[in-house]
Amino acid sequence: VGVPRGSAPVTALLSLAVTSEQIEHLHRRFKQLSQDQLTIRKENFDSIPDLEFNPIRGKIVHAFFDKRNLRQESDGLADEINFEDFLTIMSYFRPIEMNMDEEQLDRFRKEKLKFLFHMYDSDHDGKITLQEYRNVVEELLSGNPHLEKESARSIADGAMMEAASICVGQMGPDQVYEGITFEDFLKMWQGIDIETKMHVRFLNVDTIAHCY
Amino acid sequence: IPSVSSIVPESCLLIVVGLLVGGLIKGVGEKPPILKSDIFFLFLLPPIILDAGYFLPLRPFTENLGTILIFAVVGTLWNAFFLGGLMYAVCQLGGPGLNHIGLLANLLFGSIISAVDPVAVLAVFEEIHINELLHILVFGESLLNDAVTVVLYHLFEEFASFEQVTILDIILGFLSFFVVSLGGVLVGVIYGVIAAFTSRFTSHIRVIEPLFVFLYSYMAYLSAELFHLSGIMALIAAGVVMRPYVEANISHKSHTTIKYFLKMWSSVSETLIFIFLGVSTVAGHHYWNWTFVISTLFFCLIARVLGVLVLTWFINKFRIVKLTPKDQFIIAYGGLRGAIAFSLGYLLDYHHFGMRDMFLTAIITVIFFTVFVQGMTIRPLVDLLAVKKKQETKRSINEEIHTQFLDHLLTGIEDICGHYGHHHWKDKLNRFNKKYVKKCLIAGERSKEPQLIAFYHKMEMKQAIELVESGGIGKIPSAVSTVSIQNINPQTLPLERVLPALSKDKEEEIRKILRTNLQKTRQRLRSYNRHTLVADPYEEAWNQMLLRRQKARQLEQKMNNYLTVPAHKVDSPTMSRARIGSDPLAYEPKEDSENLPIITIDPASPQSPESVDLMSEEPKGCSGLPPSPEEDEEGLVMRVKEPSSPGTDDVFTPGNSDSPSSQRMLRCLSDPGPRPEPEEGEPFIPKGQ
Repeated sequence: VGVPRGSAPVTALLSLAVTSEQIEHLHRRFKQLSQDQLTIRKENFDSIPDLEFNPIRGKIVHAFFDKRNLRQESDGLADEINFEDFLTIMSYFRPIEMNMDEEQLDRFRKEKLKFLFHMYDSDHDGKITLQEYRNVVEELLSGNPHLEKESARSIADGAMMEAASICVGQMGPDQVYEGITFEDFLKMWQGIDIETKMHVRFLNVDTIAHCY
Repeated sequence: IPSVSSIVPESCLLIVVGLLVGGLIKGVGEKPPILKSDIFFLFLLPPIILDAGYFLPLRPFTENLGTILIFAVVGTLWNAFFLGGLMYAVCQLGGPGLNHIGLLANLLFGSIISAVDPVAVLAVFEEIHINELLHILVFGESLLNDAVTVVLYHLFEEFASFEQVTILDIILGFLSFFVVSLGGVLVGVIYGVIAAFTSRFTSHIRVIEPLFVFLYSYMAYLSAELFHLSGIMALIAAGVVMRPYVEANISHKSHTTIKYFLKMWSSVSETLIFIFLGVSTVAGHHYWNWTFVISTLFFCLIARVLGVLVLTWFINKFRIVKLTPKDQFIIAYGGLRGAIAFSLGYLLDYHHFGMRDMFLTAIITVIFFTVFVQGMTIRPLVDLLAVKKKQETKRSINEEIHTQFLDHLLTGIEDICGHYGHHHWKDKLNRFNKKYVKKCLIAGERSKEPQLIAFYHKMEMKQAIELVESGGIGKIPSAVSTVSIQNINPQTLPLERVLPALSKDKEEEIRKILRTNLQKTRQRLRSYNRHTLVADPYEEAWNQMLLRRQKARQLEQKMNNYLTVPAHKVDSPTMSRARIGSDPLAYEPKEDSENLPIITIDPASPQSPESVDLMSEEPKGCSGLPPSPEEDEEGLVMRVKEPSSPGTDDVFTPGNSDSPSSQRMLRCLSDPGPRPEPEEGEPFIPKGQ
């Protein structure tokens, strides 16, 4: 219903486990954003007024076009995404399901954390370096124009050192901590149960998607 | 062999003590005092509720607010009516002794006994360290059901004196619930805002800051109670509203004072309440009716279990994190009754309710049963069912960054989806708060401070204080990590400078002396670069001795100095950290800034063969001495200035030490910069050697 021709068959969307109503809602939104085109470009996101206030706006929009998130083999940024890609990104924000077993839960969690990791790691090298982390903190604090750069920097430095001590433990003076790898990232997030936090509420899973 | 305290919760022991005391008094022939309701409601209950409200963990509370409200409102209503109705049936069938008790009286009894008691829940749940979700669910329910209890109690009490109860009365009663609860919250919010506003102007009279918190909260409670609104909800609302703004405004000492006073008062209140319960049991007139009491107990439990089961089934449709049967069991089992039920029963008028004694006996029996039986067995049950316990996670700066990032991300996604959800409104509220409210209620610079920065400073303060305290005892903190700035950022090189070159062995000597001295003072500062170090090794020994003498003297003076420290100007956080970096006990803040040496710290360059790894703070998340206003590459220059900051006036005491020795001490502990001292004619190490 309303799914455009030319996109992947709805059966492929089964794996994303969103209901058909949600697909329809998202599709309407997609059409709104793309102004009835088949694909969205970065500029289309400018039309969302509320996004202006978001300090990490750039990173969020970037995440939609990040090929790693779109489950494509290649690297880098896509120029435009179609509805299927849009849904793929949205599926990262599914809530947890009751009938998941341990292994599924673990995979679920890793997927979400991988999405977050890609957002932090802007140069796609698989590590979050100090400069990238500083960048993140600066963006978070970008809503306060009078703030000095050093505050953001020292916070990022402190956080990085803490991450190093969590992930590596004791370090000698000559050891250098290159950056946060994905395994370290997982360690840092151990205390926070991401699977319950990282979801958008209306993507409640009541039934598995069925195809028309 | 397990000790008594690990089996029996404190509340039970206190009740037993009360029983003994009451028995003793009675045995002597005197009349033991009964817990009077006005003493309870006016003096004993507010501290506990304020303590709970002020330190309420807001995030889990708001996340689960829907669930908590449903349990509190619908659950309590269900309990009251179910119990009241069944007890009426029992009374009708119970023979001549009970026949005269009407429906309204039974409903009133039901409403008194059905509310979960916050004092009892706190007392028992504090000891079992259950996971945060369950704790906040049961505890939140016990706090918010006060409105329902108040409404039902007054309603039935009124109705009992009516001839006829019409539909209009019932509808009005229903509406009064909203008035009572929302009115209570409104009163609390108003007083909370006033308190926050007052705290904005207290920078010159720090000593009475805690007073405003207590005063305004108590006034909120009294005002609400005056109008028969829910006092507990007013108190909670006041505490929750005032806390973020008050904490941003008040000094660190005041914050500690508030925390300890609240804990102290609530502990004392709790103890007194339970002891009084015991004494009142001995002292009161009892009327034991087997049928009534046993059926009350039985139906109470049934009502609770049924209520929780049905409500959870309903709630789980809307929850993301569903409540498992284990959770449901703990919630049902944690429905303890306590002194509020007793006091409400005691308030009943004898003339209207002749069976008051029987009611009181039944109430006391239920209280005893829930506190003793359920309170004692909940801990082994929690272990048996392997319920998740509270995780002691220290709040870290990383977590804060991630949480904020996630919040913004989810808000962004919601905006992209066009869905005005949870995060969208929370974000709007935050922005409103930042734009308008904070400006009014927070004094000075801090009104613009973003949350991340405020959090970071708070963490640094905490760790600095920990370091000072542990440094004073002379132990190295065991969890010191060796991670320093050079481990993560080795690339920053110092600018080229024209500096005196040191010979190898002089350098080694300096380093050795510094190392031994600094180890003795139990500090690890940032790594230094040998090019910027100019020290006087021969003075070190003498300075060390002076330092020890100074320490002893200042420890003594610390006590006296605390109250005579004048209010300080606002200081930059840089300075707070800088002061912490140098030895706090030797710090002499009153010196003229120009005379003090400049401390230049550089991260160790990769070329230095070995650098003494010096770190000035505890490992977790402190970046040591902060970067300077100039470019990072120049190294870090710290200028010592007048101290002050709302939070740090208690950490350092300006000693009245004599200037030259303290100056030298400062120099020996910090690395003086390349600039020649006004007193020193020429640098110690002659050029070109």
